[in-house]
Amino acid sequence: MDTLVAQLQRQFRDYTISLYHQGFLDDQFTELKKLQDECSPDFVAEVVSLFFEDCEKLIGNMARALDQTGNVDFSLVGSSVHQLKGSSSSVGAKRVKGLCVTFKECCDSQSFEGCVRCLQQVDIEYKSLKAKLQDLFNLEQQIVQAGGRIPQVDI
Amino acid sequence: MAGEVPNLEASKLTALVVDDNFVNQSVHHKLLDRLGIKNDVVSNGQEAVDVHCSGRNYDLILMDMDMPIMNGIQATRRLREMGIESKIAGVTTRAEEEEVKEFMEAGLNDFQEKPLTISKLVSILHNLELYVQT
Repeated sequence: MDTLVAQLQRQFRDYTISLYHQGFLDDQFTELKKLQDECSPDFVAEVVSLFFEDCEKLIGNMARALDQTGNVDFSLVGSSVHQLKGSSSSVGAKRVKGLCVTFKECCDSQSFEGCVRCLQQVDIEYKSLKAKLQDLFNLEQQIVQAGGRIPQVDI
Repeated sequence: MAGEVPNLEASKLTALVVDDNFVNQSVHHKLLDRLGIKNDVVSNGQEAVDVHCSGRNYDLILMDMDMPIMNGIQATRRLREMGIESKIAGVTTRAEEEEVKEFMEAGLNDFQEKPLTISKLVSILHNLELYVQT
């Protein structure tokens, strides 16, 4: 019979793999994990936390810019989208980054409806990723509290 | 190279991260730390210039392109005008040929597309002869 630790480790492994396979994360997230060590055991959680704060701030900027009915500064929106693309790329937030590419195209073609649609999608997507990564970090904590080691997952 | 991260602590290399985005600052700072390279972080080109005016000097500067107040192209030009001979590597998500050309012509020694990884950073160090793999 599997121990609790083994069960949790398997759950962690399966969940991690699913996040990559479903396109939520890409190789850059793996690169972040490589940087985590005994000196900075919470590095990944800290960086993704910064990323989600960035999402909130930038999405707020985009929403305000798009709210200027009839006088939308699409270059301003585009500038925030570029920033979000950069930070999502740095943490391996693959779906968010992909949406930013589409969003930038809407900004460049000054499509108000397109931008509004992209803004809604980006908002949903980053919140979804935030919830999933929180679940992943919770699993890590449970493994450690049960006396186990967090397994290395090869994607 | 899998799993082998070179430790350059003995080389006493120093670096400056120039990026306005906190996520990128954090990642680049940690990447350099991991390689044993002591580094400082500033948020735009003007701060990069100011830190050099205060007398600091670095072996390597990782320069983002898009930044407020003074962007990477302007800052690179300014640093070269000041006689700063540090190796400057441009790091940006922008990879259009014209944009890269303009950035390089400002005075870069190397260019890498973001996101930065350990292997891209090692590649920069190798290209700039700051690290020789044995």
